[in-house]
Amino acid sequence: MRGKRFQLWASVALIGGPIAVFIVWALFDNARQFVSTFLNGVTLAALYFLVASGFTLVFGLMRNVNLAHGSLYLLGAYVGWEVGDATDSWLLAVAAGFLAAALLGLLLQVCIFRFMQGQDLRQTMVTIGISIVLADLMLWMWGGQIYQFDPPRAIYGSIPMPIIHGYPTYRIVLFLGAVVIGILLWWLLNRTRVGMMIRAGVDDRAMLAASGVNVQLVFAITFAIGAGLAGFAGVVGGTALSISPGEDVRYLLASLVVVIVGGMGSITGAAVGALLIGIAEQFGLAYAPTYGIVFTFVIMTLVLAFRPRGILGRPA
Amino acid sequence: MRLRTRVLNTLMGTAALTLCAGAGQAQETIKIGVLATLEGPFAAGGQDSMRGADLALKLHNGMAGGKKIEFIKGSSDASPDKAVNATRKLVEQDKVSIMIGPLSGDEGIAVKNYSKTQPDITFINGSSGAQATTLVDPSPNFFRFHTEGAQWMVGLGEHALSKGYKKVFLVAEDYGFPYSQVQGFMAGYCKGGGHVVKKAWVPLGTKDYSSVISTIPGDVDALVVVLGGADAVNFLTQYEQAGGDKPMVGGTITVDQTVLNFKGKRRESLLGTPSAGPMADSIDTPEWKKFVADYKANFKDGFPSPSLFAFLYYLSTEATLEGLDAVKGDLSGGQKAFREALQKLVLHGPAGDIRIDENRNGIGDTYITEVAKKPDGEFYNKVVTVAHNVTETLGLSKDEFNKMGLGSRDVPNCP
Amino acid sequence: MSAAQWRRAMNSGAGRYGLARSSAAPAAPAARAPEPARIGADILEGLRRVGLRHVIVLAGLLVYPVVASPFFTFQIGGQSLALGLIALSLTFMGGYGGMVSLAQLSVAGVAGYMVAIFGTSIDPISLGWPWWLAVIVAILIATVFATFVGWLSVRTEGIYTIMITLAIGVAFYYLTLQNYSLFAGHRGFNQVNAPTVLGINMRDPVPFYYLTLGCALAGYFFIRYLIRAPFGMALQGVRDNPRRMRALGFHVTAHRVAAYSVAGVLAAVGGVLMIWYNNQISPESTGIGRMIDILVIAVLGGMRHPIGAFVGAVVFVLLQTFAIDLIDRERFNLVIGGVFLAIVLFSPDGLLGLWAQLRQRLPLGGAQAKFRSNGVQ
Repeated sequence: MRGKRFQLWASVALIGGPIAVFIVWALFDNARQFVSTFLNGVTLAALYFLVASGFTLVFGLMRNVNLAHGSLYLLGAYVGWEVGDATDSWLLAVAAGFLAAALLGLLLQVCIFRFMQGQDLRQTMVTIGISIVLADLMLWMWGGQIYQFDPPRAIYGSIPMPIIHGYPTYRIVLFLGAVVIGILLWWLLNRTRVGMMIRAGVDDRAMLAASGVNVQLVFAITFAIGAGLAGFAGVVGGTALSISPGEDVRYLLASLVVVIVGGMGSITGAAVGALLIGIAEQFGLAYAPTYGIVFTFVIMTLVLAFRPRGILGRPA
Repeated sequence: MRLRTRVLNTLMGTAALTLCAGAGQAQETIKIGVLATLEGPFAAGGQDSMRGADLALKLHNGMAGGKKIEFIKGSSDASPDKAVNATRKLVEQDKVSIMIGPLSGDEGIAVKNYSKTQPDITFINGSSGAQATTLVDPSPNFFRFHTEGAQWMVGLGEHALSKGYKKVFLVAEDYGFPYSQVQGFMAGYCKGGGHVVKKAWVPLGTKDYSSVISTIPGDVDALVVVLGGADAVNFLTQYEQAGGDKPMVGGTITVDQTVLNFKGKRRESLLGTPSAGPMADSIDTPEWKKFVADYKANFKDGFPSPSLFAFLYYLSTEATLEGLDAVKGDLSGGQKAFREALQKLVLHGPAGDIRIDENRNGIGDTYITEVAKKPDGEFYNKVVTVAHNVTETLGLSKDEFNKMGLGSRDVPNCP
Repeated sequence: MSAAQWRRAMNSGAGRYGLARSSAAPAAPAARAPEPARIGADILEGLRRVGLRHVIVLAGLLVYPVVASPFFTFQIGGQSLALGLIALSLTFMGGYGGMVSLAQLSVAGVAGYMVAIFGTSIDPISLGWPWWLAVIVAILIATVFATFVGWLSVRTEGIYTIMITLAIGVAFYYLTLQNYSLFAGHRGFNQVNAPTVLGINMRDPVPFYYLTLGCALAGYFFIRYLIRAPFGMALQGVRDNPRRMRALGFHVTAHRVAAYSVAGVLAAVGGVLMIWYNNQISPESTGIGRMIDILVIAVLGGMRHPIGAFVGAVVFVLLQTFAIDLIDRERFNLVIGGVFLAIVLFSPDGLLGLWAQLRQRLPLGGAQAKFRSNGVQ
């Protein structure tokens, strides 16, 4: 026991030490840049959390590594854009993005994945195939152009802040939105019947079926929610950063790294992983731009070396 | 029985005739392979480049040098190996006599290397703008009938100085094409006394520029932004949101058609941004206006105005067809006569005349533009000044240029 | 046969075939000295199983350059065999080891980059060593990299492996993209020429084809031997039930890492062939799109038998090269994705599975087909 505690404190000191030194140095060097980068990291983490939470939810319950998650993100973004363009309402666009992706997710689960329960590798391959097909269909329908959203003026300016002169309002809104979604998800999983069934299913699927619950229904709802979250993130993220072909791969990779670091199947893990990766990415980009991206993967490797299932992961 | 024999005979006769006709027609058809990036991030640009090539052929009524021209299209995804695979298929399997393409910079270098293994085929560049294609180990049968990435920025440095931008901050993507663009800008800018205080090279594929924006010093006069397409849009939006208000200087693809025409609200902050390139939406010559009108008339599904890719592929195809006209379609003897004709050709393009130098690279005009708004609210690039006869030495003497070397992260430098 | 007898037989086999790669050999008694007579008998047994169709296929492969045009020999034949070799490493890992590693292409990429760095190219980074030395060093370094990937990935289980190897592959892509001092960044290495051996330029269509054919055949037969050898059998046991294997005294982790290393050698050879084929290497060669392509190839052909990798590679290369002629040129990605999706949905064992099903229905050799498809290959 004492050995383990010593190990824990040693690793905290080993990692925390250099980080503390860096923070002190950066604050002295250019406080504005440091605070700005930190806020950027946290708000980017909020976006990553939104995207990754759907991914990890689907995996946690159905053991389905949905590599078409990025395509659902992009599809939600495009559909949301069309609706927003037609109705001039950003909020409707957000809702449309969520619904479109959720609907597609529901269809995929009911028509395809339902028949492959248990064949993890095959499901993964199918999601890869679906992502290739979806990506090309979207390229066909919406072309290679760049699409940008038009959010309400109220959330699209900059807020004055101490130390840094102004910070984009939208990113703060994004962060608050992610916190709200996180709380909603927690409430859904821990305080509703459906959430209870989902959690039970994650622990023991067979027992859930044996106790008379319509497992397929629960699966369908979960997949719909997970996909819908991706679509929602598509509109929200597309407002901060534009949408174009290739975004699907980018956000899939981001989800992957976040979920690997945070642990598969854990919403809290997705939050933790997103924070780590978001902050690392922004600091890397600000202070060491050349290798910033590689830095993210180094973190992932280090985490895996100490905790093979991610920080808060569940056994396979 | 007799009926069957008769039918068979008729069929065989028809087949024989078609074969003869086909063979006869084959003698009168020249196959030209056209390679563009139809997959991946440049797909929209690739589509437009095909339109440019098709337009040139259409205006020649599908004929050149007295022979019928047949295009065989190939596609790549902006990666060098796929480009070479597609080129090899067109050359060795489809047996084209002339190759036009590729679209992007690194593909160009790979195709140039391939061209050395096929001395009997003439390769005409599509739109790839890497300096190294014709400056480093050039190939005798690879021709580029337009100017390259660095040449596209010549004159912009002086223009920036004339606007009072003595100190600038650079944001660009960390790979070959931006290196060339920055070199083209800085060749004139540094020589004229300007200072590029800091260079922020962002990795390819970065979408979130907020941290880069936070490193912008407060005392620069302007930002030089050499990003393309979606990245440019992201940067502009994020910069504005972060409360930034410094003026910008853009690279060739930073404030071009695709960026000014993105689906969404225009940002007023773009107005007045200077940029440079081999063409501009608003060139006031009859040739350019005719080009735009022809493009619009023939392609209802195209952009409101031809993009850079359409323009460059149009030039390349036009050069090919005019070369064929000059030698009356004679591609015999290893295409020697054709290549000599190309070397001597002065192409009267929609945006000025183009000749090629001893490395078979284009010498042409560079247009310095600024973003302006039309009365109907649409944004476009207004021509401010023109730099004529820009060569690959970027306005420097040959010795100065050779000493500088090709553009890279640290070349040139004037902090 | 008692458990002890079986264990002795398994472990003595491990010693006999001298696992050069896995230094941490299974917890087995010391290896017995090799017995030539047994090896000879095994070879004879192997030859007896060679059927007419094997001879026909081999003959066809050997005379292929005579009947095919240089384009088909080089671009279709050579490329399929080189890609097939890389996919074979994935098939071996995924089909027989139960670990689908998407980092095989990165291993191939490491080998390719090392050939460029240690050998000759137009870039000043290249050291200019003689080609054979550069190739040997490249394969060694790539194998070390593969072992490292294995060490990282083996600590995770099951389908985590796909994602972790994907992430490692992407990390490698970004490293090669951003680093200019060693990896020449975005422009990559150009003019990495294949060597000229005895006056023959190895990149001419016919010599290159025979080179890749030789390597592919060597890889194929090596894998076929390996999966019947105790190492391969143990690996399949580890795939099916690691707990039981651990209880039997096998070092499961070491076995898995050794599998990564073996697959790494195959992928490294494939990588060297690919850089000679392309005459250049750039970060895109090992990007996420290509990694998925290798997976598509392996799944397309079928992971139940090593030949599946090559079948998948041929179909894939043909599709990629000629799809643009068959359908609207812009939508062929849809075709490739659709075909892949169809195969995974309806025939999880890929084309080989389809073939086995077909042979079951056809009257000729039906019984034999049934036996083959159900039995151990």
